[in-house]
Amino acid sequence: MTNPPAKGDGVPAEEPAPTAGGDNGLTVPPAEQFEAAMEDEAAEQAVAVEETAAVTRRKPWILRAAIYLTTANQVMVTVYSLILAAVVGAILIIVSDPYVRSTWGYFFSQPGDALSASWDAVATAYGALFRGAVVDPDKLNRWFYGMADLDAVLRPIATTFNYSAPLIFTGMAVALAFRSGLFNIGAQGQAVVGAIGAAIVGFSFTGLPTIVHLPLTLLGGLVGGAIWGAIPGVLKALTGAHEVIISIMLNYIGGYLLLWVISTKFVHSPDRTDAISKPASESALFPSLFGAGLPANWGIVLAVVVAAGMSWFLARSSLGFRFRTVGANPAAAKTAGMGVAGTYATAMAFGGGLAGLGGATILLGSTSHALTPSVAGTIGFDGITVALLGRAKPLGVVFSALLFGAMQAGASTMQTVAQIPVDMVTVLQAVIVIFIAAPALVKGIFHLREAKVSGQELSMAKGW
Amino acid sequence: MNVLYGLLTPDSGEILIDGVPQTFHSPRDALRAKVGMVHQHFMLVPVFTVAENIMLGREKTSGVLLSRAAARAEVRELSERYGLDVDPDAVVEDIPVGVQQRVEIIKALTSDCDLLILDEPTAVLTPAEIDELLDVMRTLRADGKSIVFITHKLKEVKAIADKITVVRRGRIVGTAEPTTGEDELAAMMVGREVSLTVDKTPARPGEPVLEIAGLSVLDERGQRAVDGLDLEVRAGEILGIAGVQGNGQTELAEAIMSLRPVLTGTIMVNKCPATRSKTRQVIDSGVGYVPEDRSADGLVKSFSIAENLVLNQYDKPPYGSGFMINPKMINKVAEERVAEYDVRTPSARTPVGTLSGGNQQKVIVAREMSRKLDLLIAAQPTRGVDVGSIEFIHKRIVAERDTGTGVLLISSELDEVLALSDRVAVMYRGRILDIVSPDTPREKIGRLMAGLTDDQAASKEPGA
Repeated sequence: MTNPPAKGDGVPAEEPAPTAGGDNGLTVPPAEQFEAAMEDEAAEQAVAVEETAAVTRRKPWILRAAIYLTTANQVMVTVYSLILAAVVGAILIIVSDPYVRSTWGYFFSQPGDALSASWDAVATAYGALFRGAVVDPDKLNRWFYGMADLDAVLRPIATTFNYSAPLIFTGMAVALAFRSGLFNIGAQGQAVVGAIGAAIVGFSFTGLPTIVHLPLTLLGGLVGGAIWGAIPGVLKALTGAHEVIISIMLNYIGGYLLLWVISTKFVHSPDRTDAISKPASESALFPSLFGAGLPANWGIVLAVVVAAGMSWFLARSSLGFRFRTVGANPAAAKTAGMGVAGTYATAMAFGGGLAGLGGATILLGSTSHALTPSVAGTIGFDGITVALLGRAKPLGVVFSALLFGAMQAGASTMQTVAQIPVDMVTVLQAVIVIFIAAPALVKGIFHLREAKVSGQELSMAKGW
Repeated sequence: MNVLYGLLTPDSGEILIDGVPQTFHSPRDALRAKVGMVHQHFMLVPVFTVAENIMLGREKTSGVLLSRAAARAEVRELSERYGLDVDPDAVVEDIPVGVQQRVEIIKALTSDCDLLILDEPTAVLTPAEIDELLDVMRTLRADGKSIVFITHKLKEVKAIADKITVVRRGRIVGTAEPTTGEDELAAMMVGREVSLTVDKTPARPGEPVLEIAGLSVLDERGQRAVDGLDLEVRAGEILGIAGVQGNGQTELAEAIMSLRPVLTGTIMVNKCPATRSKTRQVIDSGVGYVPEDRSADGLVKSFSIAENLVLNQYDKPPYGSGFMINPKMINKVAEERVAEYDVRTPSARTPVGTLSGGNQQKVIVAREMSRKLDLLIAAQPTRGVDVGSIEFIHKRIVAERDTGTGVLLISSELDEVLALSDRVAVMYRGRILDIVSPDTPREKIGRLMAGLTDDQAASKEPGA
């Protein structure tokens, strides 16, 4: 009746369904995603399908690699976003340095001055960032000749690990919810409540062996976060309340809950007048990873193991399958008999538990091992960024958390050596996310090809 | 019609307005050519007032301020001239559907159009509102406006039209005068194409597998889409439901699958009450369901064929048990199904979204029919599917019947219903008007589909 004419003779016109737009691709669910492992394969198949050859004739690997590198698939968009962010950062470094700015004043008489000064400024800053986050080649060299101890060599990477471990957890908290079609803005509150749970378990027991006390402490964090995450999930399931609004509000409530908890007699440290809780017992702490002098602990190992577990969970467990199905197409999940509302609640509780572990990890990794008003920093909000950068995949989350942890670890070295304020790192992180959230921009700048597989192009910013 | 209003651009052919060829790239072009349209789904901003909706897109301003007074006056003037009775200050979401439609008409009129397209305007109206609408249309006609009135209700056409054009499958199948008999119009609507032939032996019906008594179901708008319906499907027969789309077929299928709450009445599957079951229980009790909108409800496009094949079986042996799923087994079985159901794909791990409509539908058919069924509900099983796949799917449905499954076939293609069914139930306004043999002349079925029972047709009384 109101149908467009049939596209080909003899083929019945595809009638748009009365309720949703039919098969026209406009009804792409918000969260269409693949397992990381399937992605390369899918891209390959897209190429194969595109060729429409009856025989799937494989192109030489170098050509396929070139096609891959110039296609706007998720991995390459991320890589190009990082490059672009580095360029934007470099421009900011150049502009913010008074001396370099002055050399640009006489650019046309002596362009060499401006260019070399700019290069020096950028190289010094990024070099310092690297030395502060990964390894200082100079120290490595001296250690090799026995003139420095190993601690000095490992300190940067240890600092990175210590920053990264909680980010892996909160990143996964956001990613898991996202895979289930939810936008978990509440990782911050969940991490805070997780830290409270872990701290209470941590200082309440003394004399337990670490093998018992540490898991109990982590469990405290997990349960605290899971409860905080379950609240928006259950409210969504029962009343349809939007999880974004509820979880934002719970962030505030969690923050003030923390202040109140610290002030209670049960929790507040009797030896101190400022707002700090009793410290967790020695037995509740993670064993040190590289030795007592360095900040890294086994939290990073736990985080990576849990990330691997989540990857397995999504790919191999029936609950993970349900999460992914509900996330990719809730209507189809409902038709297939899955309980969509229940899945939402469960996924939020799972996500909250992961964020709670993040809160526990940051508590145990801090120098005081105690609750302070800023114990969780901004790991919950950073977790959103990490999940975005990691494309909501466990492996991606681990890498992006390591990158963000490294940037935080290197920031102070950059400030000391190159006089670039630590806030530059925050700006860089924000710029990365802006590019990730606007894949069309990256695609346009680098003239990338269109990714052909449906669901490949994912903008997490469209989640709600 | 969307082409005429500039929403779609034609693949071929041209549009002449007053003898001048026109190309419409957007509704703006159409408005310039004095073509206005009232869509089936209203394009109004619910929280704005009538006057605000009217000025939307062509706001009259004095400086930076909107001149609401002008818009209000315009609404009042048009409302009086055509007897529309619309209050310019009413908020759109508060006024009844019939009045909202008149707002749409005013909106079209304010752009001073000569040609007004009304797309299924009566679908959402009560009988009294329909009468009012017909009066408005007469006034407009008297004022020299041309109206294209799209509807599938014969009585309305006969009541108002000066010239009737019958369109089927994107083609004009004939023109008629309003004096033409309803039988003749119905026959034109239904068509006399060569029937699809399906080889099948006579049915051997057994015990009833689906018994429905007094079923009423509400649609999204809260109207009774299914209204006191009784139906029985026996094992080993295909019961086809013929009817113009939008007469409650979708809601009926969803109610049986427990995807939509039942208002009153009972549904028995295999003599067990299934009125208040969960979708999962219905599926597990041996009911297969091919949903009418495969993109929205049938498939997860970013998932592989293999994953889609187990969408409602993923946690049952051999695909999974307890907490785990078995991707190896899922893939292995998927390879077999792909071969058995002739799904044209590079591999079973290809994302379903990359397949053609016919092959996507075969994936759904394979999923639903490769387990032991007692009842199969096939809603629009061949919509938007190529001819080869149609034949294949039809054969499968008949083969399923021959194994003793009861089949409820819902299709808006009368040819399909007649070719496949052992009994044909004609559905009109949420009720079964009659159950006839598929050998019944299609003119008679066509009359039933238009809501005319024999005695009414005989008296030729255009009541309503």
